[in-house]
Amino acid sequence: MLDDFFTRAVIGGIGVALVAGPVGCFIIWRRLAYFGDTLSHSALLGVAMALLLELNITIVVFVVSVVVSLLLLVLQKRATLSSDALLGLLAHATLAVGLVVLAFMTWVRVDLMGFLFGDILAVTPMDIGVIWGGGIIVLAVLAYIWRSLFAATVNYDLATAEGERPDVANIIFMVLVAAVIAVSMKLVGVLLITALLIIPAATARRFSASPEQMAVIAALVGGLSVWLGLRGSLEWDTPAGPSIVVAALVCFVLSVMPMPKLWAGREPRRQQPSDRSSGVKEP
Amino acid sequence: MLVSLDNAGVFRSDRWLVRGVSMSIEAGEIVTLIGPNGSGKSTTAKMALSILHPDEGAARQKPDLRASYVPQKLEVNWTLPLTVNRFLRLTNRASSRQMEEALALTGTDHLAKAQMSKLSGGEFQRVLLARAILRTPEFLVLDEPVQGVDFNGEIALYKLIEDIRTRLNCGVLLISHDLHVVMSKTDRVICLNGHICCSGTPATVASSDEFKSLFGDQAAPGLALYEHRHDHEHLPDGGVVQIGDEEAAADSSSGNKPGTTTGTRVDA
Repeated sequence: MLDDFFTRAVIGGIGVALVAGPVGCFIIWRRLAYFGDTLSHSALLGVAMALLLELNITIVVFVVSVVVSLLLLVLQKRATLSSDALLGLLAHATLAVGLVVLAFMTWVRVDLMGFLFGDILAVTPMDIGVIWGGGIIVLAVLAYIWRSLFAATVNYDLATAEGERPDVANIIFMVLVAAVIAVSMKLVGVLLITALLIIPAATARRFSASPEQMAVIAALVGGLSVWLGLRGSLEWDTPAGPSIVVAALVCFVLSVMPMPKLWAGREPRRQQPSDRSSGVKEP
Repeated sequence: MLVSLDNAGVFRSDRWLVRGVSMSIEAGEIVTLIGPNGSGKSTTAKMALSILHPDEGAARQKPDLRASYVPQKLEVNWTLPLTVNRFLRLTNRASSRQMEEALALTGTDHLAKAQMSKLSGGEFQRVLLARAILRTPEFLVLDEPVQGVDFNGEIALYKLIEDIRTRLNCGVLLISHDLHVVMSKTDRVICLNGHICCSGTPATVASSDEFKSLFGDQAAPGLALYEHRHDHEHLPDGGVVQIGDEEAAADSSSGNKPGTTTGTRVDA
């Protein structure tokens, strides 16, 4: 089954989407979209360094992303520039340095478009192993820190006061984002990873009454987008990454369309028997 | 001792937010911090909760202290789907029965499945308080817990805080800029203005010169009202209502609701 490149891409892509959904929810809740963008742009620097040092690309990209996010933490504490300026600076500086380093390495033949926009043909059985193995680890760690991270997302001070240790959860979360970027780079490309994190999560918001529901729905919407996008990519010979993002966008647009009462009852002000998260109300 | 601050201060962007604060809070006692805006009340509370670490002096907590915190500001934006019931379980486990009880205490049991982002200001504060109580804390810190709560509700919530203190025997640190209602319910008042101006029982503080100079016009009726309540402590429900009217009058004197309750002040 893994002989077929399309099947490999679908299996790999769905693996990425299942992880990107829940992680993307936190990115939306915490307003970290630009942070995700910065990390994914820095992935190209990781690619250049991996080729230069002849190391595994996924691992080097992961390490570079973690270093960039730590660097960002340090700069935020010291520098006088605002956070968004710092993020913009790091995002494009790392992307540019990566491109320049790649250009210097005349001895390596690089499919730059594949790294920027994803390459459906590049997904090997080994990559699928990395995506699913890494993905399971990311989800397991996310589940482990979920309560602390979520409490810190709602209110940092409250989480600290009540013993949730949000600083630890925050740092672990940054490492998880770096891991998602590293494993999803091949499929969607560095320029579009953030879209895979954000768009399914944004699509899920309308259909969710609880954070956990939103995480699950985002994962499912992401999986659907990957499948639709890759079908389209095959059908019309379009690049894999952009096609997946376009499919996700279509899902999002459909989700914000005015809909009949179907979903209207999901966020009741008063008691409503359809909510599964709560017990039976006594009459 | 649950929490103690020893000559503690916090320094941020070239100035001391608060400095030289020494205090300790025991189980079962209600300590109220009062003071003008920017006097360091929230900063002091955050040191007591180990959210901020003092740049000078020391802050100590009982090991593994179970604290509950009602912060002054908490926003839940629309991107975060969060029902009241889910919010109650933010930092602890709770059965649906426990959640129902906690909400019932604050009169919000009908909101169990509502989205946090759609609550009114008063409802939101009540839910915050319900969540804090649900954790059965040893140390309860309330930063302006009645903001946005209507007047009768305010009296009821202060009463509830007193009940909780008795039931759980927890230490309570209460922050308020609202001088008068709070003072009758509290064991000790600490008056802050960048440092501790004065502290002691409500009666001591109310009659101290520092308090009068700090709060100026407000302090005079505060003293009078306090003595009045003290005289009539033994009265049943009617007394509580009276306190309420007086408090509203005090509010109007500080410019919040001009002219609405002047008549009551004459009665007081």
